[in-house]
Amino acid sequence: MSDPRILTLRVLRSSPSEGLAPHWEDFRVEEAEGMTLFIALNEVRETLAPSLQFDFVCRAGICGSCGMLINGRPGLACRALTRDLGPVITLAPLPVFELIGDLSVNTGKWMRGTAERLQTWIHAQAEPDLTALEAPMEPALAEAIYELDRCIECGCCVAGCGTLRMREDFVGAVGLNKIARFRLDPRDTRTDEDLYALIGDDTGVFGCMSLLACHDVCPKGLPLQTQIAFLRRKMARTGL
Amino acid sequence: MASSLEQSPVVSPVAGEPVRNAALSRPRSRLAASRWPARLDLLQSLSGLLLALFLIAHMFFVSSILISPQAFHTVARFFEGAAFLAEPRPWIVSCVVGVVMALFILHAWLALRKFPASFRQYRIFVEHREQLRHSDTGLWWIQLWTGFALFFLASVHLFGMLTQPALIGPYESADRIWTGNMWPIYLLLLFAVEIHGSIGLYRLALKWGWLQGADPLAARRRLRIARTCFSLFFLGLGLVTLLAYVQLGIAHADRAGERYVPHKAGAKLARQSPAGGLEFALSRRPGE
Repeated sequence: MSDPRILTLRVLRSSPSEGLAPHWEDFRVEEAEGMTLFIALNEVRETLAPSLQFDFVCRAGICGSCGMLINGRPGLACRALTRDLGPVITLAPLPVFELIGDLSVNTGKWMRGTAERLQTWIHAQAEPDLTALEAPMEPALAEAIYELDRCIECGCCVAGCGTLRMREDFVGAVGLNKIARFRLDPRDTRTDEDLYALIGDDTGVFGCMSLLACHDVCPKGLPLQTQIAFLRRKMARTGL
Repeated sequence: MASSLEQSPVVSPVAGEPVRNAALSRPRSRLAASRWPARLDLLQSLSGLLLALFLIAHMFFVSSILISPQAFHTVARFFEGAAFLAEPRPWIVSCVVGVVMALFILHAWLALRKFPASFRQYRIFVEHREQLRHSDTGLWWIQLWTGFALFFLASVHLFGMLTQPALIGPYESADRIWTGNMWPIYLLLLFAVEIHGSIGLYRLALKWGWLQGADPLAARRRLRIARTCFSLFFLGLGLVTLLAYVQLGIAHADRAGERYVPHKAGAKLARQSPAGGLEFALSRRPGE
């Protein structure tokens, strides 16, 4: 049996609060069976660099906290197996989002801004009766909504989008996916005209250049390619 | 102990690194939503599709030289209305070129909206592309640069066809390409237009969700293969066609300017022609 690999984690470190300028720092760890980047980073923090900042909650690709650039590509540290990567792994914080320090970024602030801008909540005409039973929904429809609701707001699609990197006011795939989700929901009474007012311009669906990195890097495998195309067709028809 | 985002203090944004989601509470009136973004997006796609279809037809027409000079002569005269009118009318070709030129200008103008608008945007995209190494992101960059090249290369070609429609023929075109030193332009134009067109058609299909079928990922793989085949076929056809014109141009260089006439009258007219160079050809029109 061959010796385990020695991995070099090349981390882009910085600390805006302490005025520490961005710089690369290498950490060496011994690879273990089934090791993920999350495990490797924890080992670094426990044994080599206690000040290393990175985020995690669930460790299972559910919370979306550990998004980072892995060899230049957005991904979740907890889902990235080191055996799939080379011996030198570069790690950098996701761009676009507010940097907290090292690999930690504030995706929540950005996501909240998008949610407020696109009003990603149920818009109902009447006040919901909290004591009444919810109206039944066809299982197929519920599944279709759930499929889009699987978005964990990790920010990978945002960081992978060339359009959004150039044009910061573009809503990105995460925003368009949410609009597609609420468009499906029968409880939301907004019409396509209402949605056109939210995404019917070059900062919305018509700004998408179909580079599709969002689709390709999404750790949840959301159907962003088809959803954005679908929204484009609907909004184009609405706008004509 | 490791800390999570929830446990980390949230500091102020870094100087010069503002939160880039400009989305924060920017209410838009429903009435204020303009219809034009939808129309412009559709127009960009439609003009691109029409230009790509024209490109395909154009390649087949010009490659008729591979069958014979006579075949290309017949095609050229057909577009001058020879099949319907008493004699060919080159202005008909000018009209067609005018329409294509208008489509081309419209498409270029609409596509400009997607170009990086500043050096900052340009630099960000270059860094992003190099870092991400993502095929479709890289393809867009190629599409951008081939589109930029077409602003100039296609304009030269279109203006020539617009103003000299009568000079489309086996000898006329061959002389223009070789004796008129246009072959470098045509060579660059061929690569730019075929690559731009194939990527454009591929992106159109993805953008509007055409041909996605039950399995969009498999459909995307098929579209990639189709795009590569499209590029290779039309580049190959274009190169062979250009080579045929160059060969004809070299063979005809000492008689540059002589107009092509069908076989029956060809030998007679060839003897009468003073071989007065390209200027001679430029000065003549069909029917003269």
